[in-house]
Amino acid sequence: MNPQLLQLICFYAFGFVTVAAALSVISLKNTVHAVLALVLTFFSSACLWMLLDAEFLALALIVVYVGAVMVLFLFVVMMLDIDQEEMREGFVKFLPVGLFVALVMLVEMVGLIGVRAMHAQVLGADPAAADGMSNTAWLGQALYTRFLLPFEIAALILTVGVVAAVVLTLRERRDARHESPAQQVKVNPRDRVRLVKMAAVRPAAPAALENDAAQEPRP
Amino acid sequence: MADQLINQVLWPLIYILCIVLPLVVAVAMFVYWERKVIGWMHVRMGPNKIGPFGLLQAFADVVKLLIKEVILPTKANRFLYYMAPLLALIPALAAWAVIPFSSRMVLSNANAGVLYLLAMTSLGVYGIIIAGWASNSRYALLGAMRSAAQVISYELAMGLCLVCVLVLAGSLNLSDIVNAQAGGKGLFDWFWLPLLPVFVIYFISGVAETNRAPFDVAEGESEIVAGFHVEYSGSAFAIFFLAEYANMILVSFLASILFLGGWLSPLQGWIHADAPDWINWIWTGGFAWLFIKAFAMSFLFLWFRAAFPRYRYDQIMRLGWKVLIPIAIAWVMVAGCMKYFGWVSIGAGV
Repeated sequence: MNPQLLQLICFYAFGFVTVAAALSVISLKNTVHAVLALVLTFFSSACLWMLLDAEFLALALIVVYVGAVMVLFLFVVMMLDIDQEEMREGFVKFLPVGLFVALVMLVEMVGLIGVRAMHAQVLGADPAAADGMSNTAWLGQALYTRFLLPFEIAALILTVGVVAAVVLTLRERRDARHESPAQQVKVNPRDRVRLVKMAAVRPAAPAALENDAAQEPRP
Repeated sequence: MADQLINQVLWPLIYILCIVLPLVVAVAMFVYWERKVIGWMHVRMGPNKIGPFGLLQAFADVVKLLIKEVILPTKANRFLYYMAPLLALIPALAAWAVIPFSSRMVLSNANAGVLYLLAMTSLGVYGIIIAGWASNSRYALLGAMRSAAQVISYELAMGLCLVCVLVLAGSLNLSDIVNAQAGGKGLFDWFWLPLLPVFVIYFISGVAETNRAPFDVAEGESEIVAGFHVEYSGSAFAIFFLAEYANMILVSFLASILFLGGWLSPLQGWIHADAPDWINWIWTGGFAWLFIKAFAMSFLFLWFRAAFPRYRYDQIMRLGWKVLIPIAIAWVMVAGCMKYFGWVSIGAGV
């Protein structure tokens, strides 16, 4: 079996899994199952990218989307209380709108592919391989030299997004009580506990005990 | 054709078995060692009945777990319930593919080894979340929720620690990272010295990622019974156990490789003697050093468990987001300066 054939078989296998998982995302009834199918979709697209020698993108997809974003997604979906019947009613009602949007997108995509095909340029050799570097190293050098400004701007936009999300959802409660770890660390045992030294004095217990015993009902 | 099959399929399979089987035995012995160490720290004996010094206790436990029934809770999701232990175990084992045991012993000398490790360790949380959800139990779901939040928070700190190592070593390949720590100053050439705060943060995040005490809120025996695996019994529970301990050993190996020079000897460059190979490794380095370092690091897991009380949930979040991540970000800058101004020698000859 030659490597090209094996690669082709792998491509079709991963492609099939990707498409099947993507279809089940929108067709599964249970939302948690749908999210897990989405995870599988991401994972198998990462495998597809790996076949194309785009190792950095593939692993970044797994680390960022599968490992972090989808975990939070699952976190939220597991806590939702979804009424399946209600969802089904909406499906029929919005089906025409959905079909229309899907049709428009299809036409746009086919048009785009057609235009690109007319101006088809032969893809150059893999620049990373041409420079004799690993895909990750080449991508890093390109991002931090040629594309430094767009890269930094993208980072800035993401940071603004994070800050905005925090500001939008942060509701400060006046009556909430906070604890300050710095103050907690500084606590002195003497402020909290007072040790009292007393002489050991035998209380007048025997008499009390005798009284108790006298009051006890006899069996 | 037959040659190709043997070279490309059979040999890798044998190599994989050579890693996985000792790992499983190591997990069994590690469980025994943990119970023994914690016993000593509690001034108890620990297991001492089965076999000499109780050495066979772990195997007895394995046999007991394997012959027990796996119970499916009512209204549990059958497929996901049985799938979850596997989802926990597979990434824990797959991560071992890129670990270099010595300069020549590595299964896959991948270029993006560190990224691959990060990807695999981030997948392990699915086993826990799915187990918690599929069990149809409130305790299990609570454990899964806690675990998800905790693992994501500490993954960030862990990633930033790895960035520091990458900046200094200039490579994502684990063998290259170890070679970058070689030098004539022995153990002072390793990355633990220039990256000391990051080393500490990395290990703390590793403890949190593996859901071990004092970060074991996902299990929290005293609060939510056993968290995500409360409904699991028999072999399914054994697989969760195996995955957790395999991850602990993995984190110990990674800390040794990234910060303690992997297979390099702490005496490198101090002794230049000609000796037979079986003595030579003491100063030229060999896989034995990696195992010694990893054993020392994994001992810390047990020590932490015996010594520290469990963190409260909000304290875990505070430690991760407000203490570890800012320090790690600051140290990325420091590591950049070290590299730029050449304060640290990278990969000098011995």
